[in-house]
This record gives sequence, structure tokens and C-alpha cells, in this order.
Amino acid sequence: MYRSLADAIRDAEQQGITLARLALETEAKDQGRPVEEIRAALHRALGVMRGAVDRGMTGDLFSASGLVGGDAAKLRTGPPGPLAGTPFRDVLARALAVQEVNAAMGVIVAAPTAGGAGVLPAVLTGLAQARGIPDDAVVDALAVAGLIGAVVAERASLSGAEGGCQAETGAAAAMAAGAATEMLGGAPAQVGHATALALQGTLGLVCDPLGGLVELPCVFRNATGSAIALTGIELALAGVEFKIPVDEVIDVMGEIGASMDVRYRETAGGGLAATPTGRRLARERLVQIKKR
Amino acid sequence: MVSLLDIIGPVMVGPSSSHTAGACRLGLLARNLVGGTPERARIELHGSFARTGEGHGTDKAIAGGLMGFRPDDERLRDALEIAEREGLDYVFEKTTLDDDAHPNTTRITLERGERKAVMTGASLGAGRILVTEINGYKVEVTGSYHTIVLIAEDVKGSVAAIATILAEHEINIANLRLTRKQRGGDAFMVIEVDDAPGEGVRDEIRALPWVRWAFRLDKVSA
Repeated sequence: MYRSLADAIRDAEQQGITLARLALETEAKDQGRPVEEIRAALHRALGVMRGAVDRGMTGDLFSASGLVGGDAAKLRTGPPGPLAGTPFRDVLARALAVQEVNAAMGVIVAAPTAGGAGVLPAVLTGLAQARGIPDDAVVDALAVAGLIGAVVAERASLSGAEGGCQAETGAAAAMAAGAATEMLGGAPAQVGHATALALQGTLGLVCDPLGGLVELPCVFRNATGSAIALTGIELALAGVEFKIPVDEVIDVMGEIGASMDVRYRETAGGGLAATPTGRRLARERLVQIKKR
Repeated sequence: MVSLLDIIGPVMVGPSSSHTAGACRLGLLARNLVGGTPERARIELHGSFARTGEGHGTDKAIAGGLMGFRPDDERLRDALEIAEREGLDYVFEKTTLDDDAHPNTTRITLERGERKAVMTGASLGAGRILVTEINGYKVEVTGSYHTIVLIAEDVKGSVAAIATILAEHEINIANLRLTRKQRGGDAFMVIEVDDAPGEGVRDEIRALPWVRWAFRLDKVSA
């Protein structure tokens, strides 16, 4: 797969093809497998993503600690806010839903990781639903997301333990932003800007889960990550350009992650995990898990 | 090389791709070293694995992997209870390995009948893993390929002999790495192949007089 998004965008432009096609053909060549086989695997992934969205919407699912659960359903049934009736609210609900399933040890697609697994299904299936986009086009978008994630994996990191939450929900937001931008008709260069615009919004974000559980704030970070992805999409499709090239934004995310204090890298030693309430909840709930 | 399907995947039981799915894959790979579910397992956890593993189900995931459960197997949730029922005698310990060890590293010591093995490996994120040491030898095994690992006396023509066996079974070599601790000392070979080698291939390699031991590690990633 590509190590530079700029190279991929240049190749797609030169060949006059979408980034999805470029990503699928590159993967087919790399792995010695036919494109159709890769598409079939992505179709299966999309099916699991949809299953997790539906499962999480039922409102009866709670994590082992009981810290998270039941909030996705509130966005379906609760009082309206300023985003009521828009795809934006639906995307937020879907992000919470998938992450609530994950926290309950349910089946999800790690894309790129389990901790950030809510963003991509939320943004892609939410926007596909709103615009009546067929599954084949959503699968194409997943390929673009995979391309972006692969570049982030090579240049920076996709691990909260290495790079903080910016490497998980931040990377997920960047992948979702780029992928949905092409799905909605954006050109390869616009995909690059959407990716950069989303990632810049999560730079420095720490990984600080209470008690080390992928629950709080992870479930909510997937919702805010999705909001940041939607921002990147809206801006890029409107023609906004981000002046720092996307590869450099990815590189600096890696640098920030590498220099982040270990307290902020999935160790539950800092951030929200280290607040008085964070510590108290973690203590109480971990005891509860051990009792089960 | 990063695969697109490693990024959009794996399909897995939550909650953490590094601490649950990657940990499960490390258990799956380790299991190969003793040829099945071990009777005894000592699992040392380092760094973030030690600090937050319990909350992420890392213990359940590694135990499940040792019993052959894959990352999307919902039985992982109850793996510790199942292990106790199935007679897998396990112990988890927190440890501190070298400073350069990846934060999500585990050292797994296994026994099954006469067979014993020690494996050190890390979960790199997004479910990707890297095995860094087997029985005291430095290796790099990613689990993205079917892999054959072996220790042999440092004799001339050893690589050619093994390549011939693989060719006769129509198995294509993707990557081959050879390391040895000293000239004339034992040589350690890691061979990644495109097609799953059968037990017969392993047995033929083991039958070579200068091969001390050989393992077949099944692919555990997409």
C-alpha cells in the first residue's frame, strides 16, 4: 500500500481514476489477490458494521462495568437539539451505538482500531442512508479509508498506547473524512484536504480511559470524532483547502504521539482517568468486574 | 507492508484491537509452538498490557488464543472460565521487560506434554502483532503469513535444502531470514510462505539431520 497520500493522489489524478480504485488495485497487487476478493471482504466488513449500528441502537446494552451504554438510543428517542432531523444527529447516534457494542465485548470491525471503531461506520452508513448511496459505493469508500489508514500506520501510528487518542479516533476521523468526501463526489485532492482538516482537529488528543477500560471517554470520543470528520467533509467539499500537506499533518501527529507523556498513552495515568471522579469510578467499577 | 484489510479489520470481539484482538493473535501463534492447547501457561505482561490489560480483557484474549479461539469468537468473553474447565493451568504476572520493549508486550511460557516453548511478542495496534523472540532467538514473525521457524546447525547448503522441500510441495517463499548467534553456531531461520504448509512439510524439514527443531506457525492475520 502507499506510504504517502500525496503520491496516491498524484497517481489517481494522472491515471484519471478514483482513490478507491487505486487503493483496491494496489492492494490486489500487494497481496496477489483479485480485486473482487478484497471487495467481498470489505462487503462483509460493512455488514458487520451495520449489524453493530443496529445492535447498539436498541438501548439495552451495557458494558461490564456499567460505565457506558444506552446513550445511542437517547439520540433516537430523546428530545430534539439544534441538529434534530439532520444526518449529523444520526451520525452521532450511530457512532455511540457501535462503540457501546464494542465496550460490551460485542462484535465490531476494528477500523482502524476497536477504540475508534464507531467513527467510520457512523459517518459512512449515516451519510449513505441520508443520500441513498448504494453499498458498492460505500465499499469503495471503505477502500479509501483503508488507504488513508495504511499511510497513517506507516508514517505515524494507529495505537493509543503509542500515540494517544489522536492515533485512534483522530485517525478514524481522518479516514472517515477522506472516504466520505470521495463517496460524495469529491476529487482526490479534496480527499487529501478533508483528511488533513479532520486530523488537524484531533492533534494532541490524549488517550485517557477510566481504569484503562475502552469505555469512558472512548464512546463519546467516537461521537466527537465523527463530528470532526463531518467538519472536514463539509469544508473540503465546499472547496476549502488546508495549507499544510496531509502527509505532513500525519507526520506531526506521529511526532506529537511519540513525545506524549506515558500518562496520556492508554495507561490510565492521566487526563480524565486521573480526575478525582475518574479514579473513584475506576476503582468502584473494576471491583465490580472482578466480582462477576 | 500494511494491508488494507488489516486497517478495515479485523472483525473482532471488543473492546480493544491491540489489547484484545492482537493479544488473542499472540496466544494463537504461541499455541503453535507446543502443537495445540497447552497444559500450563505462564503469561507475563509488560507496559500497558500490565497496567490496563485486565480492563481490556487482555487476559481473556490471550487465554482464548492459547485455546485456539480467534479474535471474532464470542467465547473470548468467558475464556478464563473455559480454560479452567478445559484444564489449561494459567498464571498471569506483571513484569518489566527491556526499555526498548513495545508497551504492549507479553512473554508466554508454555508446556504441553514434553514440549516447552517461550515466546515474546508485541501487539502493535490495529490488531497487528510482532513476535520478537522464540526460545531465546530474536525473530520477526508478524503472523501475516504462514511461517516456518527452525533452528539448524550452521551447515552449507541448508537454505537450498529447505527451499527444495518447499518447492517440491509447490509452496512459494515470500520472505526468508537467517540469523545465527555465532559462526558455526546454530542458525535460526524464519521462512514466510504464501501457501499453508502441511504437517508433512514440517516433518520432512525435521527429518533433516542438521535441523534441531522446526515449527509451523499458522497465519493469524487477514
